[in-house]
Amino acid sequence: MNEEKIKQYGDELYDAWLACRPVRPLLEREPDISIEDAYQIQERFVARRVQAGETIIGKKIGATSKPVQDFLGVYQPDFGMLLSGMVYQEGDTIDLATLIQPKAEAELAFVLKADLKGPGITAMDVIRATDYVLPCFEIVDSRITDWKIKIQDTVADNASCGVYVLGKTRGDPRQLDITLAGMVLEKNGELFSTGVGAAVQGSPANAVAWLANTLGELGIPFKAGEVILSGSQSALVPVVDGDELVCTAGGLGTCSVKFAGRSQA
Amino acid sequence: MSMDITLGRDAIARLCDRVEAAQQGAYAIPKLTDDYPGMTIGDGYAVQLELRRRFIAQGHRQLGWKAGLTSKAKMIQMGVNVPSIGFLTDRMARPESSAIKTSDLVHPRVECEVAFVMKKGLKGPGCTRQDVLDATDYVLPAVEIIDSRFSGFKFDLPSVVADNGSSARFVGGGRARYADDIDLRTLGVVMEKNGEIVTLGASAAVLGHPAEAIAMLVNILAELGEELPAGSFVMSGGITEAIPVKPGDSIVARFQELGSVSMRFIE
Repeated sequence: MNEEKIKQYGDELYDAWLACRPVRPLLEREPDISIEDAYQIQERFVARRVQAGETIIGKKIGATSKPVQDFLGVYQPDFGMLLSGMVYQEGDTIDLATLIQPKAEAELAFVLKADLKGPGITAMDVIRATDYVLPCFEIVDSRITDWKIKIQDTVADNASCGVYVLGKTRGDPRQLDITLAGMVLEKNGELFSTGVGAAVQGSPANAVAWLANTLGELGIPFKAGEVILSGSQSALVPVVDGDELVCTAGGLGTCSVKFAGRSQA
Repeated sequence: MSMDITLGRDAIARLCDRVEAAQQGAYAIPKLTDDYPGMTIGDGYAVQLELRRRFIAQGHRQLGWKAGLTSKAKMIQMGVNVPSIGFLTDRMARPESSAIKTSDLVHPRVECEVAFVMKKGLKGPGCTRQDVLDATDYVLPAVEIIDSRFSGFKFDLPSVVADNGSSARFVGGGRARYADDIDLRTLGVVMEKNGEIVTLGASAAVLGHPAEAIAMLVNILAELGEELPAGSFVMSGGITEAIPVKPGDSIVARFQELGSVSMRFIE
């Protein structure tokens, strides 16, 4: 795909994000888009947000669980960039008018205390470089109409990242079994789904190692202080006005978030 | 739920003959309600208790009870708002890391469960989650091998209750813990078959908290005129979906805080 088209689609996604108005699937219009092309479109989309004043503060790993991979027909994860404008604090109410078609996922977030540069990174290196882990919600959102995404669409769309909320309880992965920690998700006081760390690539640390190696191939290191969202351990939860979600990671703690208003789609 | 018994003693004995023969001969039978469409859950329990009476008369020792249909999804599917229960005997127990025969089973499936060992007896009605925790000696991880004697696992509640809640075998193991030392609601669980993760979840999948299932079990026992004696071993219901197993399969269930339980299956 030529540079001009990459720029054009990156700009289109940026405009869609800014206006909260979804666009037609890119793959429908450009059947030959490769995954590499899609990451270049993502780079342009993210660059526009950075130009407009945001900073990159971490990374997210997507498509880590089997149901999502089956849905996309792709058997490896993908990634996107976390930007400063995506951050909410625990207990905040998220205004749905700022999103298009949001769904929530319960995850484990890693905050790094040392740089990590692949290739050659293992799960053991990830634990070594981790300052602490937190329960969190990622609110995924798609700038593609009705979530009609294939892998190229979601990758170009910054891995469908919307916003995220970090819980307040910090856990040390040297003292916590992040692989077997249960993940209990409640919506409006009722059990919605349960999961466990191992749902993500066998362990959340494996997913983070995968991304360190994948980005390492591209010459991009993880920096100390970055936040890495390791991938969903729950079912995707659609959210509407008034919804309140709480996730509890076993042995770690909870993260809660409320939603108000109406999303755009 | 109605515990009314509508069938006569003869009918209950005949149904018990069918279930007992199917369990001991390891063959599938049509669901009991095909011949007794008016059969109630109370009739199902009457058959189950008759089966227990016969087993004990044959020298089996009752170890405790199990709760089944404890997930919301399964209850909705069966159109009920309470779990079902079944009794457990020494003949069903298998040691950890053992080879379990499948030739004496119909179509076995395995589930991960949290098990409770009671230091005090409990009596319903009105038994609560906290009553259960107060009466618990320790908790441990378990794998239940269920085996419906009904063709294709197709059954309704009266039939499955009569079939002792599909109870067949169980393996307790891992690491015993005091219930107070861990959060029993959020325990993560992973089941691996032949080295591959086949199902996973967290313990809240069982009625929000496994001790809730034990409380409901005690309250069902009260309706049957029974109580849960001290020393009982009680399984709280599947956290994960039931996974079919066949000879050659190896199962490892890994539990947060409770260690693992493993077994393999042979002809």
